[in-house]
Amino acid sequence: MYRDFGTVLLAALVAIVFVCVPLILQWLVAPSNKTAEKLQTYECGEVVEGSAWLQFNVRFYVVALIFLIFDVEVVFLFPWAVVFKDMGMVALVEMGIFLSILIVGLAYVWVKSDLDWIKRTVRYGTGRYQKIAMEQEK
Amino acid sequence: MGLLTNRFQDNIIVEKLDKLLSWSRSTSPWFFQFGTACCAIEMMAAAASRHDMMRIGAIPRSSPRQADVMIVAGTVTMKMAIRVKKLYEQMADPKYVIAMGSCATSGGPYWQHGYHVLKGVDIVIPVDVYVPGCPPRPESLIEGMLKLQEQILQERPLTRKMA
Repeated sequence: MYRDFGTVLLAALVAIVFVCVPLILQWLVAPSNKTAEKLQTYECGEVVEGSAWLQFNVRFYVVALIFLIFDVEVVFLFPWAVVFKDMGMVALVEMGIFLSILIVGLAYVWVKSDLDWIKRTVRYGTGRYQKIAMEQEK
Repeated sequence: MGLLTNRFQDNIIVEKLDKLLSWSRSTSPWFFQFGTACCAIEMMAAAASRHDMMRIGAIPRSSPRQADVMIVAGTVTMKMAIRVKKLYEQMADPKYVIAMGSCATSGGPYWQHGYHVLKGVDIVIPVDVYVPGCPPRPESLIEGMLKLQEQILQERPLTRKMA
């Protein structure tokens, strides 16, 4: 058993040597001529403007969240597809429940009009807003 | 410069190490594909399967950080000259430049009336090899690359330079 771990140790040592030797070699041999222009961010030859820490529109956050939910769904679907034949009906029902929960979430997002880039502000128009609401529905 | 560059007096060990270093540099001239005009088509052909510049070690790179050679392929306009200079400055040392085609070497067909064309890229950056032609055939570019390899082979990276 210890010999198995010895193999792991050996692999780790070889990995460390493989990383360290080229790093030391380049430290000795490579010319280093650091100028201000060279240390700038590469922007396809353009002059760098401003910082990369920008304020993003908060609407991207909602889009990213919706994307993430269905991205994770696919991650769950792949192992499910592997064991689907062995588990049969149970797997189908379980995945159906899981997907229906997610679809309820999608419906909620849809109703809340988070799928639209420009949110509808006047929704169920009544009174003097009715006319605007009807025009928007068209 | 580096820890060992231009430090040693000439002797047999330093000479052999120098040869090894310059040989390894000359056999991997990764070039920065910098196609500014129609010469870029010939550069692409030189890198593609029929002429296959990779067999002499020249691999196209898309970033100046990874490149050793800048092939300025085509007309350099005044607006582009600023970018050419900047990209050259952003390449890692040691760096070399091949001016490909008559536009990059001298302004080419625009030498008299091209109000917007740089008359030769050597005005802004140091050029090692000039490849004539309008545009040069891939064979000419490969010849230029071989000439550059010969030039790199002559280098002595470790030997101290005489004042």
